Amino acid sequence: MRPLTEEETKTMFEKLSKYIGENIKLLVDRPDGTYCFRLHQDRVFYMSEKILKLATNFSRDKLISVGTCFGKFTKTKKFRLHITALDFLAPYAKFKVWVKPGAEQSFLYGNHVLKSGLGRITENTMQYQGVVVYSMADVPLGFGVAAKSTQECRRVDPMSIVVFHQADVGEFIRSEETLT
Amino acid sequence: MGRKLDPTTKVKRGPGKKARKQKGAEVELANFITEEDTGAKRLSSRARKRAAKRVQNLKKPEDITEKQPKKGFSDENSKWLKPTKRKRKMDEPESEDESEDQWEDEDEEEEEEKAPLQKKGGKRQEKKSVELGLKNLEEEEDDDDDDDDDDEEEEMVDDYGADDDGSGEEEEEEESDGDDLLPIERAAKKEKKLKESMAPSSDDDDDEEEEEEDEDDEQKSDSEMDEEDTIQTNIDDVDNFKLPSAEESEEGALSLDLKTVHQRIKDNIDVLCNFSAKREEGKARVEYLSLLRKDLCTYYSYNEFLIEKLMDLFPLSELVDFLEANEIQRPVTIRTNTLKTRRRDLAQALINRGVNLDPLGKWSKVGLVIYDSSVPIGATPEYLAGHYMLQGASSFLPVMALSPQEGELVLDMSSAPGGKTSYIAQLMRNTGVIVANDANADRLKSVVGNLHRLGVTNAVVCNYDGRQFPKVMGGFDRVLLDAPCSGTGVIAKDPAVKTSKDEADILRSAHLQKELILSAIDSVNAASPSGGYLIYCTCSIMVEENEWVVDYALKKRNVKLVPTGLDFGKEGFTSFKKYRFHPSLKLTRRFYPHSHNMDGFFVAKFKKFSNVIPSASTGKEDEKTEASEATEVTESPKKTAPKNKTVKDAPAKTNAQKKNAKTNGAAAKKQNFKTKGQQDSQTGPKKAKIAKMDGEPVKGDQVKKGTVEKPAMKSPDQTKESKTVKKDGSRFEKKQTKKGKTPLKMKNRMGKNAFKKMKHKWPKNK
Repeated sequence: MRPLTEEETKTMFEKLSKYIGENIKLLVDRPDGTYCFRLHQDRVFYMSEKILKLATNFSRDKLISVGTCFGKFTKTKKFRLHITALDFLAPYAKFKVWVKPGAEQSFLYGNHVLKSGLGRITENTMQYQGVVVYSMADVPLGFGVAAKSTQECRRVDPMSIVVFHQADVGEFIRSEETLT
Repeated sequence: MGRKLDPTTKVKRGPGKKARKQKGAEVELANFITEEDTGAKRLSSRARKRAAKRVQNLKKPEDITEKQPKKGFSDENSKWLKPTKRKRKMDEPESEDESEDQWEDEDEEEEEEKAPLQKKGGKRQEKKSVELGLKNLEEEEDDDDDDDDDDEEEEMVDDYGADDDGSGEEEEEEESDGDDLLPIERAAKKEKKLKESMAPSSDDDDDEEEEEEDEDDEQKSDSEMDEEDTIQTNIDDVDNFKLPSAEESEEGALSLDLKTVHQRIKDNIDVLCNFSAKREEGKARVEYLSLLRKDLCTYYSYNEFLIEKLMDLFPLSELVDFLEANEIQRPVTIRTNTLKTRRRDLAQALINRGVNLDPLGKWSKVGLVIYDSSVPIGATPEYLAGHYMLQGASSFLPVMALSPQEGELVLDMSSAPGGKTSYIAQLMRNTGVIVANDANADRLKSVVGNLHRLGVTNAVVCNYDGRQFPKVMGGFDRVLLDAPCSGTGVIAKDPAVKTSKDEADILRSAHLQKELILSAIDSVNAASPSGGYLIYCTCSIMVEENEWVVDYALKKRNVKLVPTGLDFGKEGFTSFKKYRFHPSLKLTRRFYPHSHNMDGFFVAKFKKFSNVIPSASTGKEDEKTEASEATEVTESPKKTAPKNKTVKDAPAKTNAQKKNAKTNGAAAKKQNFKTKGQQDSQTGPKKAKIAKMDGEPVKGDQVKKGTVEKPAMKSPDQTKESKTVKKDGSRFEKKQTKKGKTPLKMKNRMGKNAFKKMKHKWPKNK
């Protein structure tokens, strides 16, 4: 486990900022203690200093996970957010999409959100903006990228895709092995 | 947009091949008839008298019967109230009598004379005809008469009320509250009672009934036994259960038909429960028991070993309940994740999805029982969003007993799949730190998944063998050890246990548990201001894996048992067969499937009161794999050790060791005995003790030299060498303890031995 390098930090924060914008600051400067990002086996974990200190007790190969896993660096050094980061994306998300109850299940199986399943969408969402997907009961279900801007969404036909799927909570079951 | 109807593929209609066939009416009827047949025999003495009278009455002049064209209810009710129809001609007047008794005035004396009653009936009839007015002509009355006769001629089998003919009276006497029941209800009640008395056997008992039975099981059992006796003797033609002869059973001539086996089990238990009265002359209890064991093995398909264990564990009356309970799945329960939602909200959300649920019980504020669900309960959006966790009711208990406080450092030693861990996190509200360990790396994936799904952010997941844990990290405020076990409490979940376990398996897991519990205790920090607790739990009900292990821990470490804080469950055993345990084992709790309707479970709560490991003197250390130099230490008796301060270099060494320990362990910085350093610090003082103790009996230079020198030599790489030493040592030590303590001589001898051993090892070391 080691702190992220400059470059890694930059890649990751760029990715994060697509979803929560400048709210990243809130992740790092928290009133309830210092929190930090650490890299462990290509995965980025977000944890408080207190846990970090304790985690030093464990050897590298025996340590599986600390705090919350945000995502991993691919072999090409890109950063991929995991669904496990949802707990920290959802409260700070700038742009949100709500899906109708009927389309909930479809999204949870890994499909894109279609116009017909779109319940609400934040005003002024730009195209390719990272969005967090909610159910109509305000339960965060995952995140993705807006395929159309809010304006376009009004016009397109019901079968066209409005949000590209990136991660959904169904992955907790579908791909449990690859979460960390 | 929906599936299109494809005319080419024809969908099959009707119940599928696997659709379970319901019991048809024929089956019901068959049951009924057999019961009726036996019913004839079940006449009480009074009923018999009455029957005799009735036969006489039959021969009485016809005019009375003619006078009463309609039997039964003479008052206003007669317009809608129909008397029960009868079945047997023989009983005609009786049933009439009966029905009147039942419906009109229950309190009437049963011995009431027949004749007056009939007269009364006649009178009423007359009255009625008057009431009915002039319309009623003579002919009509005659017609009525005829109709009635027809009715009587018919054999009405499907009449539930008729069932009450013979024994109804008894029933009523017993339960006066059944007065206002409909006949069908009464019949059902009776049937249920019968069933109950014949040892709860039928597999199709649904859960609720089971629960009900469970609740009043304990109070009833005594009275039930008596009842059982009477009823059973009535049912069986042969009152006494005859033990099949030895040859018969040896040759396998015994019927293997499940029904007969079941009946035999019932009878056998009946006899065994009341042995002096019901035994066959010249047959020993052992014979009955061996037959019973064999039958239980056949009927429930256990192996002999497990059945024998269970027979030791439960009284016979309870045994069958337990075995039956193992055939039924426990209800599905879920735990609300209070980190994300509240139970009320969750229940509402699930109900909206078509789930039928209820709160788990008074003892849990987060549990819900799922009765049935139209959606898979493990894949609802709420589940995926981490609002709840599928978890057996029994898994709540250890965590509740642990009662972790906010901000503490908690260890879950065998955490997969993370249910209990997440419950701990939720009780701590995501503060403090939880270390979730498991020995199996594959199973840790589910831990990681579940912890993330449930929004637990304060957990560290690691993959160590629990036995090494105090080496890795110590100083925990609370430790939960859900030890791997034989799983005899969860046979309902995994029926493979029935046949796959034998003595060796049990002992093997008991041994592992002993190792784990010691290392768990060593991980606890006794000096913790809020904690210092350890929960030991298993999903096994074997004494060897529970009380025995706990008792062992009590002997080996400075721990004591404290109340678990669970207000139900059965007390642990303080003595069991050959074992005699510490009396405080009463404070542990056992849970059984048949009495608590949750998986079989065992929970014990320890409080650690000192970080010092009492090992050194009594040779406790040698059980631990790592701390191994104990071998030499064991030689000297406990009491002499602390007193002795004669050897000078020993204390000095201790100090040095202690310093070492401090610098070694990161966590040990805070306190001398903080547990991270504990491992090391243990070795430190221990070695000192070794030195002291061996120095004390100043016998021969060898001893002194050997022991004093030894720790210094060992400290750099104790473990490698020590393992070999340890083996011999522990073996020796056992012998020694058996022999009893005759200190001087022993010490001398052992000193020599130890010295020799060491002599062998030194050169290698260097």
